[in-house]
Amino acid sequence: MILTQRRTTILFFIIGLVVAMLAGWIAVPAALYESIEQPLGFSHVVHTSDDAGMECDDCHHLTSEGGFAGIPKIAVCVDCHEEAIGTSVDELKLVEEYIKPGREIPWLVYARQPDNAFFPHVRHTRLAKIPCEQCHGDHGQTETLRPLKRNRFTGYSRDIWGNDFSGITTSPPFSMKMSDCVDCHRKRGVRDSCLACHK
Amino acid sequence: MTKTTPKKRYGMVIDIDRCDGCGACMVACSLENNVSVVPAGAAPHRGLTWIRVYSVTNKKEYPDSDTAYLPVSCQHCGNETPCVGVCPQSAVDVDPKNGIVSQIPERCMGCRYCMVACPYHARYFNWWDPEWPEGTEHLLNPGVTPRMRGVVEKCNFCHGRHHAAQERAASEGRSEIEPNEYQTACAEACPNGAITFGDLADKNSEVAKLAAGPESFQLLKSLGTEPKIYYLTQRGWVRDMATRTPLISKGQSHD
Repeated sequence: MILTQRRTTILFFIIGLVVAMLAGWIAVPAALYESIEQPLGFSHVVHTSDDAGMECDDCHHLTSEGGFAGIPKIAVCVDCHEEAIGTSVDELKLVEEYIKPGREIPWLVYARQPDNAFFPHVRHTRLAKIPCEQCHGDHGQTETLRPLKRNRFTGYSRDIWGNDFSGITTSPPFSMKMSDCVDCHRKRGVRDSCLACHK
Repeated sequence: MTKTTPKKRYGMVIDIDRCDGCGACMVACSLENNVSVVPAGAAPHRGLTWIRVYSVTNKKEYPDSDTAYLPVSCQHCGNETPCVGVCPQSAVDVDPKNGIVSQIPERCMGCRYCMVACPYHARYFNWWDPEWPEGTEHLLNPGVTPRMRGVVEKCNFCHGRHHAAQERAASEGRSEIEPNEYQTACAEACPNGAITFGDLADKNSEVAKLAAGPESFQLLKSLGTEPKIYYLTQRGWVRDMATRTPLISKGQSHD
């Protein structure tokens, strides 16, 4: 009798735990983040293939002052896409809606940080020799652009908070929170005062 | 707070005898650091400026009367920094590597305890949402984040310029910046060259030599806060006034 009671107790505990875990790791994040599609399809694989023959820094380069150019302007796309290459829907949309009227493509940035964060790419890539993939993951090898998961309250991308709530994933991209920056700065013994990264 | 010996000690020497109170430093500072404009008619003590030029007189009749101008910003206290100790939010810290006292508005909850604790009245509170006169938005500095209503702000030695200098240095493969790559806006703007900014830890720098000179003194030195802003003057009465008595009771501010 006592044994059955104990079994029931354990069973209810496990059910409760599973429900709480599912709620915390799946249901709440799903409700908290809205999914927004990019304005245009884009394949990194096609652009870096042998046919197109582009390198990463053809588009994502550092400026002479050390700043990071980020996502390229439409002027870079025009070099090849002045006329439509092929007949895909996205290609026609690119030429008709953006290139011909000279409009910039309103790309959604997965790694957009708050305005008060100062992140000099050049110090991290050139001095600390941190590969892009450590923060951005295998984005450069993707065939499609995933939708941006945007926090309904704060407007920040889920990439900042991170996709891994359990903390057991060992492959990038990791989260890009302040605590992540501080952890790495302390490990490497570089400045970790407020003003080191806040402007 | 300090974990390691400071590698650098950024500081400033202000020559009072060269300052004619024009206020160019205040304007340059506000432009550099996106200091917002408070509504017209606001009470003088509710204004925003990271560096304020005080005028003090020797209270004598002509021909013995004399006036001196003291630009006062955050003094970047090196010892027992009063604002750091009182902040309940840890929104203020002293950078152990360069001695700059920071103020992080996103952490500040607006209790203004630091303003009470600061003996130099160098901290200012945002009583209103930040606003700039129409047509001046393009003058905003993208390297500095504007502060929101309800938080305290103060001088941080133009830290946006420090960031920019670091970024430029890194693009040339250097991790440290050269002394001539980092200057504050007030030092650059002063038409009389009254403000000298640099690394006090570097004994060969101009700022260290001036600070070690016989004419230099620190404001309210007796408090033991070890400010990293030094002043120079040959006028004895200015020195007596500035080192012994609280500024605000004796001086009048430019508003």
